[in-house]
Amino acid sequence: MLYSEKVMDHFLNPRNVGTMDDASGVGEVGNAKCGDIMKIYLKIDNDVITDVKFNTFGCGSAIASSSMATEMIKGKPVEEALKLTNKAVTEALDGLPPQKIHCSVLAEEAVQAAIADYRKRNGLPVDDIPSCNGCCSGCSHEHDHMHGHDEGEDE
Amino acid sequence: MNRIYVDNAATTKPSRRATEVLLDVMENNYANPSSLHTPGQLAAVALADSRRKMAEILGCEPREIIFTSGGSEADNQAILTGATLGLRKGKKHIVSTKFEHHAVLHTLQKLEKQGFEVTYLDVHSNGMVRLDELEASLREDTALVTIMYANNEIGSIQPVRQIGEICRKHGVLFHTDAVQAVGHLPVNVQEDNIDMLSLSAHKFHGPKGVGALYIRKGIAPATLIEGGAQERGKRAGTENLPAIASMAAALEEAVEKMDEYNAKLTAMRDRLIEGISKIPHSTLTGDAVERLPGCASFCFEGIEGEALLLLLDQKGICASSGSACTSGSLDPSHVLLAIGLPHEVAHGSLRLSLSHENTMEEMDTVVQAVTDVVAYLRSISPVWADLQKGTKEYVIQ
Repeated sequence: MLYSEKVMDHFLNPRNVGTMDDASGVGEVGNAKCGDIMKIYLKIDNDVITDVKFNTFGCGSAIASSSMATEMIKGKPVEEALKLTNKAVTEALDGLPPQKIHCSVLAEEAVQAAIADYRKRNGLPVDDIPSCNGCCSGCSHEHDHMHGHDEGEDE
Repeated sequence: MNRIYVDNAATTKPSRRATEVLLDVMENNYANPSSLHTPGQLAAVALADSRRKMAEILGCEPREIIFTSGGSEADNQAILTGATLGLRKGKKHIVSTKFEHHAVLHTLQKLEKQGFEVTYLDVHSNGMVRLDELEASLREDTALVTIMYANNEIGSIQPVRQIGEICRKHGVLFHTDAVQAVGHLPVNVQEDNIDMLSLSAHKFHGPKGVGALYIRKGIAPATLIEGGAQERGKRAGTENLPAIASMAAALEEAVEKMDEYNAKLTAMRDRLIEGISKIPHSTLTGDAVERLPGCASFCFEGIEGEALLLLLDQKGICASSGSACTSGSLDPSHVLLAIGLPHEVAHGSLRLSLSHENTMEEMDTVVQAVTDVVAYLRSISPVWADLQKGTKEYVIQ
């Protein structure tokens, strides 16, 4: 099978799906052209993430990665959430196929973007947070990152 | 789980008859057709019978058929043949289209690296080649025109007969990848003015790993596989007789029942198109009229195709998509890009391809399932939210 049971579980029963009207920070990363966009909403009280919601346009692993990432940062202090790596998301999902690792990268970046938005709104510095330029193939961050560029066809 | 298989353009279920013939030949006619002893000669007879049956159906002579491992090999051999013959006369130009199968496109790319020049004709928003553009593209040094009979992703059927006519008029060889057409449309190489044609058994309820290349007599085939004298020395290797005999049986059956099946397929396809077109901001891809009887293909705005396929699979529906995530590359299908769809829309594609074994009832189930899954994925899609809010503009009205 393409995906682990964990991935399928988070894809079929995604946790924390939705939007938030009174979010403390919102982050959107990805590009419709590349086929994935993640939007994460954070509710933050006293520097702790008390609630989190997400919306994702993308494949099964993109939805599963968003779901897992939101679970991993819920209830955590902001500083700890900022340390979430795509590797941790991938491991928590019992692995992703090589060409899908970028979905976990997107999840990491969505969390960072939402936290950056929260800090900006509160006049806090954001220079320690890497930012996503929205172009998946131009991603130059240090990630456990591999895009499949091979063409495949079933017929 | 009760599964609904609507991925027949990917592959079909072998018919009972095809399976029976395959088993029968494996068990009872296993000798090498090149052997001189009686069993060998019986195998040679079966091989000749298969070739004769296929030739009769395609409208050619048995000696004009080369059995291959499938459509890809036939495409490779046909294009190489056109290129080799062209080269002898100093002709290094080939005309094709942007939405060919990769078996054609990748072979052409290889030839480009070897100094050939290829013109890729536009297929426009309906997935159709224009004859005036074809004619205008032909040059003194055009060695070959290769244009598919019907597209595998969007089902549009090309005006093959007229394309062949134009090629004849200009003295240019014409190859067609007819993998999606043979066994489904009344293909006849004489009437359709075809010089070379590729076909594949598993697309018409035959076995996988076998196909054929028709090459009109007088055209010297280039060889891909060197070895023994099988296939008149143009395709070495002991013939896969069980699969070849099974393919011939499958084609015979498909052609016998073509009218009956196509009436049923067209009715089911139109039910799908009617039902799924009711989904807002969705579009049928490919020509509305000139399309394969069993092919319904769509794009939905605001969602991604792989997620759609996985959720349909959960409901027992086996379909396919041209989204990037199903291909393992960053780009969505080259076919959908060739008909001018932007990347973000091409990512939300779905292909439903039918067989006579499907039922009208299944079509209703599929329409409902697609409607539900598209609505669900849109409900969690930030792109859809932006479209609804008006912060982003719909591509599909």
